[in-house]
Amino acid sequence: MKSAFFLEQLVPASPEIVLAVVDLFFLMIGFYTKKKTTGFISTLSIIVLVLVGLLVVMLPEEASSSFDGAFILDPFARLLKALTYAASAAAIILSLTFNRRMRLDRFEYPILILLATLGMGMMISANDLISLYMGLELQSLALYVIAAINRDSSRSSEAGLKYFVLGALSSGMLLYGCSLIYGFTGATGFAEIASYVTANGGNLGLIFGIVFLLAGLAFKVSAVPFHMWTPDVYEGAPTPVTAFFASAPKIAAMAMFVRAMVAAFPAITDQWQQIIVFVSIASMVLGAFAAIGQRNIKRLMAYSSIGHMGFALVGLAAGTEEGVKGVIVYMVIYLAMTLGTFGCILAMRRQDEMCEDIDDLAGLGRTSPLMGFVLLLLMFSLAGVPPLAGFFAKFYVFLAAIKAELYPLAVIGIVSSVVGAFYYLRIVKIMYFDEPKDAFEPMPRELALVAGLSGIFVLGFFLYPAALTSAAAVAAKSLF
Amino acid sequence: MTDWPILSIVTFLPLLGALFIFLLVREEDEISERGAKFVALWTTIITFILSLFIWVDFDLSNPGFQFVEERDWLGGSIKYRMGVDGISMLFVILTTFLMPGCILASWTSVKGRIKEYMIAFLVLETLMIGVFCALDLVLFYLFFEGGLIPMFLIIGVWGGQRRVYASFKFFLYTLLGSVLMLLAIMAMYWQAGTTDITALLTYKFPVGMQTWLWIAFFASFAVKMPMWPVHTWLPDAHVEAPTAGSVVLAAILLKMGGYGFLRFSLPMFPVASADFAPLVFTLSVIAIIYTSLVALMQTDMKKLIAYSSVAHMGFVTMGVFTLTQQGIQGGIFQMLSHGLVSGALFLCVGVVYDRMHTRKIADYGGLVNRMPIYAFTFMLFTMANVGLPGTSGFVGEFLTLLGAYKVNTWVAFLATTGVILSACYALWLYRRVVFGELEKESLKNIADMNWRESIVLVPLIVLTILFGIYPAPIFDVTAASVENLITNYEQALATFDAAKVALHTQ
Repeated sequence: MKSAFFLEQLVPASPEIVLAVVDLFFLMIGFYTKKKTTGFISTLSIIVLVLVGLLVVMLPEEASSSFDGAFILDPFARLLKALTYAASAAAIILSLTFNRRMRLDRFEYPILILLATLGMGMMISANDLISLYMGLELQSLALYVIAAINRDSSRSSEAGLKYFVLGALSSGMLLYGCSLIYGFTGATGFAEIASYVTANGGNLGLIFGIVFLLAGLAFKVSAVPFHMWTPDVYEGAPTPVTAFFASAPKIAAMAMFVRAMVAAFPAITDQWQQIIVFVSIASMVLGAFAAIGQRNIKRLMAYSSIGHMGFALVGLAAGTEEGVKGVIVYMVIYLAMTLGTFGCILAMRRQDEMCEDIDDLAGLGRTSPLMGFVLLLLMFSLAGVPPLAGFFAKFYVFLAAIKAELYPLAVIGIVSSVVGAFYYLRIVKIMYFDEPKDAFEPMPRELALVAGLSGIFVLGFFLYPAALTSAAAVAAKSLF
Repeated sequence: MTDWPILSIVTFLPLLGALFIFLLVREEDEISERGAKFVALWTTIITFILSLFIWVDFDLSNPGFQFVEERDWLGGSIKYRMGVDGISMLFVILTTFLMPGCILASWTSVKGRIKEYMIAFLVLETLMIGVFCALDLVLFYLFFEGGLIPMFLIIGVWGGQRRVYASFKFFLYTLLGSVLMLLAIMAMYWQAGTTDITALLTYKFPVGMQTWLWIAFFASFAVKMPMWPVHTWLPDAHVEAPTAGSVVLAAILLKMGGYGFLRFSLPMFPVASADFAPLVFTLSVIAIIYTSLVALMQTDMKKLIAYSSVAHMGFVTMGVFTLTQQGIQGGIFQMLSHGLVSGALFLCVGVVYDRMHTRKIADYGGLVNRMPIYAFTFMLFTMANVGLPGTSGFVGEFLTLLGAYKVNTWVAFLATTGVILSACYALWLYRRVVFGELEKESLKNIADMNWRESIVLVPLIVLTILFGIYPAPIFDVTAASVENLITNYEQALATFDAAKVALHTQ
């Protein structure tokens, strides 16, 4: 009887178990066949990610937990996990041609991505400080290695090293925060912490713990003032890796961020809310202003993602169900826009050399009209101009902020989105108003697929937004 | 006919045309460019004809919304709602009426990327019609802001020398104004629980909140209008935009500001509107006098007309905020008339610009000798711009001044000087460009208007004179809705005053 019960306990974690087993299996194949099977493993990894995504969606709908409540699968986790798996799959797709051309097609690449994805799944489902830390470290260690995967390039190694050192520092802070929280509440489970805080209120030690926890979490979503690593790592890492960094880990980290705050400290929302408001404002403003001077498109996307994390945090700052719904909608749309944009960036290739300067896009609207058009849509969408998807993303987070009466946050945020619009417009200007340079090489098919899908998504989103918003509403509800 | 979703059809038909061009026209050769032009032309003409059915089926005695459509959209109470009333209906017609002219005006003057140009204009048409038809605040905002994208591209890609500067200024200025309105829309949503404009028109917002909401909406509409001192984007955008872009900008995009005041600020925030009316009067009068003086000193034809647009929009804001039947009706009429007249003036400038590729007034002179038809057309619209009785320009200015006189004689007095100033700059422009000896060597071979240019301008001439002599068709449409607006406004103020009195007597 006990074993049957134990197996039932494993059902919520089945996607992670499948991923772990398959990943180890792939590692064996890769290890014994070396380079020959890289393409095979990559393709299989994509298929596995899609299947696991389907598995998550098909698991029973009601919330269920295992490992004594440390691991939870509720609608929130289901939606964000499915999204993370999709993002990881897309990241592998984006890397195929690039890695082959740059001789980076090592079998470790898809395996590390799967491993990181496994960690992300645990982060999203973590309902306990210890499982949170475990998922986070599994993810981070895999990411440090991927950042330095191009070991012959000093830029890539530098990026990996920087990421590792700063990441270790932030993990330390996070752990210190966790231990303070444990010390002052006597529990590591979110539910137990929540009931302790509800009964006894916050105290100074606990607040200290939360601050350190927040510092660690803010580092993972690259929110100001813990954003310093982002531009360097984005620029130094190989572009498909950057695309991966900007998509899946951000979603997982944001999900973990939201759950940690909302599930563990609902009783002292007004305490942590102030910190989130500050982090959010700082990220939006810095993301908007610092991006203006950038020449390298990967650096620009780094600042852009800092800004976008600030916008997503506006929803969390509200600390309400609407706010969490806003964060989810924001992350979905952000993911689509980011993947599409990196699909286009990866297609910036001229005479067997990757181009990374914004000026290399000059005249793209004429030399390759379709790619130009998709990038145009993505830029306007990133800027948040209606009727494109990016507008709806901002709409829902600010809607929540207004309801929570965070007027200064809303006003500063929305004004910084106008500043941010400037640098997105600059890219449009370079593509459409400037004289054309030589055409890029034809876009590889899989990049065209990803960019095209994301273009269709941002353009067509307004036709039927209810599909996403209602799913996000259900997911948000499960946290409250 | 009535059970058709005619508003949606009219709104999205141009988009269909744009999609058609996008999918079918692939090459960049002569034939496919002609194809793109003809698709665009026919789409706009059919849209115009269909839009006339709205006018035909319009019930003049009904002050509420007609042809209402409703569909689920964002979930919750934010729905896809369309409908027109006496205030918005004519703007829809104005838009559809001017678009074929814009396409024709670009027939030969636009070089390169014809396909994209036509797509941009058709998308812009959809978004502009949508602004006037939307009956949901979020939907309205979608159309209102969405229009920035095609206009930004039109100015930036097909514009003149300083097009990059002008397009950025246009985009960022307008965006900054509008985002504050977005926050206000959200606040209204949480307060009233809906973004349905019909419901919001009868919702009573708390007085303290009205002030803030009014300011946020004002920030957006004042930039769009544009009112002094936030008008500076307009001359730049006008000068750099291609002819058709200037026409759309002056004739339709500017009207969104005035329409916004009538649709949102006045009926939804009546108390705040009453409080802020003196501010609006002041800004309007400054706009009328100051920008007229600025117009006087311009050396660029388009810039001169752009400044005159700001001055004329000053009459609109002044008239609208008098909250009298004459003032508001006059304001609406002035907007429609200005749509025809300023559009036509930009087309006139376009005619000579296509020939000489200069907009400097000093480069012209004595055109009457070689271009008599042009001279006549230009004169007619100059007179209409001045507000000569018998042209549509007179009716609007007269009524707005009448409304202003009822409320504040000083405002009326100062605004009237604007009429004189407008005669100064407009007639002086006309004298320098058209009269005198034809001395410049470059002008010796200039040809008169061809049939295509005439076809574009003739309907405008007819309507300018027709509405100048017989403006009743316009007033019949607007009367019921405007009356309803004023009644509701006065009721709201009366309730507020009664509440204040009650508070004091307690």
